[in-house]
Amino acid sequence: MTLALLLIALVLLGSAAAAMLSRNLIHSALLLVGAWAGLAAFYLWAGAEFVAFAQVLVYVGAVSMVVLFAVLLTRQGATAAPVEFDSYKRMVGGLVTAGGVAGVLLGAILGTPLAISAHPAPAAISVKQLGLQLMGPHAAALLIVGVLLTVALLGAVIIAAIDRPEDPAP
Amino acid sequence: MNPLQLCLILSSLLFCVGLAGALARSNTILVLLGIELMLNAANLNFIAFWRYGPHAATGTGVVFALFAIAIAAAEAAVGLALVIAVHRHRKSVRLQDANTLKG
Repeated sequence: MTLALLLIALVLLGSAAAAMLSRNLIHSALLLVGAWAGLAAFYLWAGAEFVAFAQVLVYVGAVSMVVLFAVLLTRQGATAAPVEFDSYKRMVGGLVTAGGVAGVLLGAILGTPLAISAHPAPAAISVKQLGLQLMGPHAAALLIVGVLLTVALLGAVIIAAIDRPEDPAP
Repeated sequence: MNPLQLCLILSSLLFCVGLAGALARSNTILVLLGIELMLNAANLNFIAFWRYGPHAATGTGVVFALFAIAIAAAEAAVGLALVIAVHRHRKSVRLQDANTLKG
């Protein structure tokens, strides 16, 4: 059980770190697909099957395609120029900040006595229960998420649409 | 070390990988992907606390994670549309080049 978690963590963190370090944007996007699939594996490990399937559908399927489209639409020139780190100062600053945050978080986690519940393996929540939850107590949130997704989709189309030629140049 | 702590450490490390990517890189798409990784780390926390919390049968953590995934998808779509719009106006995806509002 713990071995599977460590394996998932290795794949997840390895591909995420490689994606953030890669000099090729396409490689970054494809490595992040691996990281998102690892996250879906973690959800399966934790017993949240429906969230795992949603993760695969939304991230591995949809968001990765949107990212790849954005990478291809914003390419400069015909060649895939490597995306270098911008400056040494920026890189060191980012890594030091992230390391500091990691230290604080790990110290807080390891220093807190976390009591896990006495029943170690709760029955995985079924899709029927989940649907009843979504349609019952969380129905308003579900409607709001639907409206939000519609508005976000329309907004994305309007933002990314081609400007009309009569618009004055900015 | 109990499994909840392992899950929390995993999510903290994932968050910090995303934070390092968002701060250290200057390509807008990579920054957005770092933010996505941070959101995913938060989702991982929801599931971990649901799995090991005292009220696992109600499934609140799962519902919360589903809503967070939906919000993250909307955020990714709008963010990448913004990247494309900035690229059309500036012919660049570097963060430092979009500095019209800089004082």
